[in-house]
Amino acid sequence: MTSSFKEALDSGKFVVTSEIAPPKGTNLETMLHHIELLKDRVDALNVTDHQSSVMRFPSIGGCLAIKEHGGEPILQMTCRDRNRMSLQAELLLAYTRGIRNVLCLTGDAVPVGDHKEAKGVFDLDSVQLLKAVHILESGQDMGGSELDGAVEFCAGAIVTPEANPIEPQLIKFEKKIEAGAVFFQTQAVYDMDNFAKFMQYARQFPVKILAGIVLLSSARMARYMTENVPGIFVPQNLIDELSDAPKGEVLAKGIEIAGRMIATLKRNSICDGVHIMAIGREEVVPDILAAAGL
Amino acid sequence: MKSITKQKPFEEIQELLSGFDRLFIVGCGTCATMTRTGGTEQVIEMKERLQELGKRVSGYAVIPIACDEMTKETLKENNRAIGDANCILVMACALGVHRVSLYIDRPVIPALDTLFIGVEDSPGDFREVCAQCGQCIIGETAGICPITTCHKGLVNGPCGGTNNGKCEVDPEKDCAWTLIYERLKEQGRLDLMRKYHPPHNFQVSPRPKTLKIS
Repeated sequence: MTSSFKEALDSGKFVVTSEIAPPKGTNLETMLHHIELLKDRVDALNVTDHQSSVMRFPSIGGCLAIKEHGGEPILQMTCRDRNRMSLQAELLLAYTRGIRNVLCLTGDAVPVGDHKEAKGVFDLDSVQLLKAVHILESGQDMGGSELDGAVEFCAGAIVTPEANPIEPQLIKFEKKIEAGAVFFQTQAVYDMDNFAKFMQYARQFPVKILAGIVLLSSARMARYMTENVPGIFVPQNLIDELSDAPKGEVLAKGIEIAGRMIATLKRNSICDGVHIMAIGREEVVPDILAAAGL
Repeated sequence: MKSITKQKPFEEIQELLSGFDRLFIVGCGTCATMTRTGGTEQVIEMKERLQELGKRVSGYAVIPIACDEMTKETLKENNRAIGDANCILVMACALGVHRVSLYIDRPVIPALDTLFIGVEDSPGDFREVCAQCGQCIIGETAGICPITTCHKGLVNGPCGGTNNGKCEVDPEKDCAWTLIYERLKEQGRLDLMRKYHPPHNFQVSPRPKTLKIS
């Protein structure tokens, strides 16, 4: 069994991924509903791994649910909560259960989440985790022992095109490629010109880049993100568009903006696809796709 | 190099001392004096506060270097006052508390929490620069240790939380990798940032770490 996501990436088509967040608790109803809603509309679905360091149902549990419902999961794996033994073990489990895509992340810092007194593990970093995936693929583990049955993954990573300063970010991007990342999902991008500049640079590498599209649900949220979230810049004209939208139509405006950005990226072949993050509003992802003409 | 301490909340000290009514207090003339947590002034202040609570303080001593083996001698000199106490309250870092505990056959209670081994940038301004990991890489990171200075201890470059030169965890703190980047760039050694650093060897000197020079 190969990765259908990898096939989509290799096909040259404009690839669309989205993501779902597992619940805080054991009630899987909403997550399963989102899986049903999106699994046939996108090429793959990420499952977040205790996003923002908030303890939740595990990423691998969400990925298994996607598999059970006939979808294609991307296992998000952060280095925050597990040491190298635990990370490798989970990759073995994921492989045996048909999960073929993994997104290797450092992980948010513990103090930003809801278990502020917990120990941040960070035994590996994202570059080392990418290497670990490839060591397991070679039939060995990180300790040098032979595996009885290896793994095979389509491994990816993230990059922040709006980071300031940008050069250290780009150096790390290249290290991730050298470590074996074949696809990248970017942090949210809104300034299409700036992103196109990043892509001009990124095109020299043999990797697929999916632009991160985060739904702007209000002018307030847009302002909050641009002021508080590292590596996110929302241009003023987008914030104005949202604040000028009539009451009750702000979300529709956010959907329109997301759809417009996706259509622009696709029309001008700026990147290889998009990764849509609706952050709690997964219900409207089909509307974003419709607005983008997909 | 200094062992950086801060005094425990007084309520916690009280809790730790409950059941002990006769105390001997030990301070330290080195690090805890510089951090103003266990010098003569703080020891006397502690003595008075405890006396107000009805505790009897049989004596006190500020040992020149509490973590040093000479501590044994200072304690001997105070043998009688220590004999009168049923507990020793130590206003030194944990190294000092441990050292005192080796020579006294009664409960030893720390009054301080030991935070880190650090340097003093200016009087009263302390900073952690080394985590004593046993595998120094600062020759390749412009003298800045990313294991210590980066909140996540990342050795292969900045995370996505780097924010205009600051860390997302605390906007007052510099992003270690921005600092490293700027210095390496200045030195014309940016290629070092491209070097892959393998996972850390946590058993380079397994805990508890020891060293004997033969």
